[in-house]
Amino acid sequence: MLLRHTDKEIKERVALTVNPAKTCQPVGAMYAALGIHNCLPHSHGSQGCCAYHRSTLTRHYKEPVMASTSSFTEGASVFGGQANLLEAINNIFSVYNPDVIAVHTTCLSEVIGDDIPQILAKAKEDGRIPEGKYVIHCNTPSFVGSHVTGFSNMVKGMVQYFAESSGNKLNQVNIIPGWVEPSDMREIKRLAWEMGISTVVFPDTSDVLDAPLTGKHQFYPKGGVTIEALKSAGDSIGTIALGHFASAAAAEALDAKCNVKYEILDLPYGLLATDRFIDSLRRMAKVVVPESINAERGRLIDAISDMQSYFYGKRVALFGDPDQLIALSEFLVTLNMRPVYVVTGTPGKKFEEEMSRVLHEIPEAKFKQAGDIYLLHQWIKNEPVDLLMGNTYGKYIARDEDIPFIRIGFPILDRIGHSYFPLVGYTGALRLVEKILGAIMDRQDRDCPEEGFELVM
Amino acid sequence: MKVLEGRKKQVFRKGETPFEIDCEKQSLAGSVSQRACVFCGSRVVLYPIADAVHLVHGPAGCAAYTWDIRGALSSGPELHRLSFTTDLREQEVIHGGESKLYQGLIQLIDRYHPKAAFVYGTCIVGVIGDDVEAVCKKVSALKGIPVIPVHSEGFKGTKKDGYKAACTALMRLIGRGRTEGISKYSVNILGDYNLAGEIWIIKDYYRRMGVEVVAGITGDGRVEEIERAHGAALNLVQCSGSMNYLAQLMKEKYGIPSLQVSYFGFEDMAEALYGVARHFNDAEMMKRTQELVRDEIQAIYPKLLEYRKALAGKKAAIYVGGAFKAFSLVKALRLLGMDVAVVGSQTGSKQDYQLLKELCDEGTIIVDDSNPLELSHFIREKNVSLFIGGVKERPIAYKLGIGFCDHNHERKVALAGFVGMLNFAEEVYQSVMSPVWQFIPRPKQSVPMGGVQDEYSRTANP
Repeated sequence: MLLRHTDKEIKERVALTVNPAKTCQPVGAMYAALGIHNCLPHSHGSQGCCAYHRSTLTRHYKEPVMASTSSFTEGASVFGGQANLLEAINNIFSVYNPDVIAVHTTCLSEVIGDDIPQILAKAKEDGRIPEGKYVIHCNTPSFVGSHVTGFSNMVKGMVQYFAESSGNKLNQVNIIPGWVEPSDMREIKRLAWEMGISTVVFPDTSDVLDAPLTGKHQFYPKGGVTIEALKSAGDSIGTIALGHFASAAAAEALDAKCNVKYEILDLPYGLLATDRFIDSLRRMAKVVVPESINAERGRLIDAISDMQSYFYGKRVALFGDPDQLIALSEFLVTLNMRPVYVVTGTPGKKFEEEMSRVLHEIPEAKFKQAGDIYLLHQWIKNEPVDLLMGNTYGKYIARDEDIPFIRIGFPILDRIGHSYFPLVGYTGALRLVEKILGAIMDRQDRDCPEEGFELVM
Repeated sequence: MKVLEGRKKQVFRKGETPFEIDCEKQSLAGSVSQRACVFCGSRVVLYPIADAVHLVHGPAGCAAYTWDIRGALSSGPELHRLSFTTDLREQEVIHGGESKLYQGLIQLIDRYHPKAAFVYGTCIVGVIGDDVEAVCKKVSALKGIPVIPVHSEGFKGTKKDGYKAACTALMRLIGRGRTEGISKYSVNILGDYNLAGEIWIIKDYYRRMGVEVVAGITGDGRVEEIERAHGAALNLVQCSGSMNYLAQLMKEKYGIPSLQVSYFGFEDMAEALYGVARHFNDAEMMKRTQELVRDEIQAIYPKLLEYRKALAGKKAAIYVGGAFKAFSLVKALRLLGMDVAVVGSQTGSKQDYQLLKELCDEGTIIVDDSNPLELSHFIREKNVSLFIGGVKERPIAYKLGIGFCDHNHERKVALAGFVGMLNFAEEVYQSVMSPVWQFIPRPKQSVPMGGVQDEYSRTANP
């Protein structure tokens, strides 16, 4: 009973977050930057930030995660971090030799007011940035938004620093995949490939955070979007941004800078969101959806129809990041399940608007932005659910309340699979279906009376 | 491989370069350091106190990253495994976070009735200038429990300074309790955090010797026990990095002597017990200790020899937080017949490295505040089969195709005590001898970086 302390009685808490359902911006910026080929993310702040982000990403991916830090001292907090960043740029290019350094700030450097563009301009002027190398940045104050905001800011930074418009349109589509796993980014590329569409997917952490074991430690694994591709994004026929919270800002910036039209879609989790994604790709690239993709869709619906009775009426509680939760809730409704409690730690009214849209048929549903896992637990204590979905921190609730639990989101610290098997697309939806059924049916097998224990289900 | 110019003096090769290791300095800006910050140091030291609330005063990140990541076990309350934060937003950065801190503390104390509260200052609190001390004082007076500020602003030094801040905070608890009835043969265990239940093993040994353990600081820690810690006759200090300072403070204020110990490996474990028996100068106790050591080793040694047979002659690399742990590991590995080819730490002192140098064989690389690039290079150069380190080093070892043992937060079995030595041997054995390493492809010509096309990329048609 680890969470024995959770009260049923819900009181307004304004000054206290208990068991947060979010973390801070810089880790998102670090994750996004790892999706650029030959890029070293750089944390402009105290050493601890960088160590924590690397540890969290390492635990989630079970992969080495490389990033450098400005190693702030007390001096830097008084006189500013310019000297640290300039020295860092020298050291990084001379020892780690990346093509790109992607600088993100921290609460400390934000509050002391370091002006990163000015520092980078000085670095350029001093000749600290070798020919053909780049230093990009984004601001990621930890006290604003969440890790999702940081991810979004870094992706926007990629556009601002790299995208160029040559005047000649290229027959290619930009896809901003949002904060999804390497496996999902790989799957998104595969779907576009099946449709015969050239794409620029950014960021792209496939082949970075799911690198094969070769007996060598590749400081920069082979994956990641190349600078050439990022530059060409300004000439693409259009942009599809997946997930409003993680991807919209970059798509808007690209349109403003290079006049590339965009569509903002939900993350392609589940049937309907994938339909919209495929349809959007089809229209934008003016292609016909191949039979192979229709067949993938057909297999998904086939599986859902076979097992429909097991989904019916099941109450689900979810927590995590807004883009994931919106798409996932929609899919659960498609499956005839009832997503009744949905909590994100990330602030943003947009979340509540979207959830009202997705859950309009579930009158008992409660959802909250800028909430915490403690609140979710209180709701569950007041009226239980049949299934819990969220990152690893959900395991405390699952154990205490004895609820089947599916790990989804960030971070997942105690299971593998997320880096290898996608959740996006029809195939990803099929995996979700399998996971949901597995959890529910295992529970039925465990809990049913012996005479009701069925061989054929 | 290129070692950063400013880091050259932080790498020493025994027998090859003159010993003048440079350490205890801030990492160079721009290095991929494996180190953390002041806050991290304070948080890991105090966090095992299970009946206190630990409130992180700052943005949610610092609380999220330190939420139950270290398996410090409690035999009772588990308040320490929850995550509390004032979750500072833009509003407070501009107007200050004191009122939020005050309200948060009141709510926490009313809800959980803790025995004490620790408030951790993060980077931002140091800059916006909240008077955390004053808020704590006010809440403490109102609620009648110790509410202790921990001055752990991330940028104010290194992780070691965080240990110091934690020790300072602990000194505000120590001395509050009554000390009647404490045995003249009594100790405090400093610097064991009860990872995987280790302090329970150690406490059992001391109990069998006839020694009372007054307080575990902070493993399986309780506020009331720590408040009585000044009544103990002796402080046993493990993990020198974190707790030497507390021992020093307790000696100054309460005149309690201390003994530096390590519970890893037969040699050091036995010495940790004998040292106590010698200190109390009690013949009966010494006899009981000798029996204990003999019984424990006899029960384990034959099994240990089996592991030794498989591991003898293989090479190991060690990269740990505090250097003191490295001493024990060098000895423990020797007991398994393994040679240490590379050894380093995040926070070792000159004296630590001097001792390491004396302990290690010729050719051993000794390194301070290293980074992944150097570490992987050293491992390949020395043809190492085992890497001992923490969370960030594990996947590097595996990528290089060698075994790994976590001697840090993420250990899953107790490595302390005599039984811990056997667990350690088994863990090393299963990882080093795992069949998986034989499936790694042979090294071949490396593919040049850049321009690598993945399977789903197409060249765009203009």
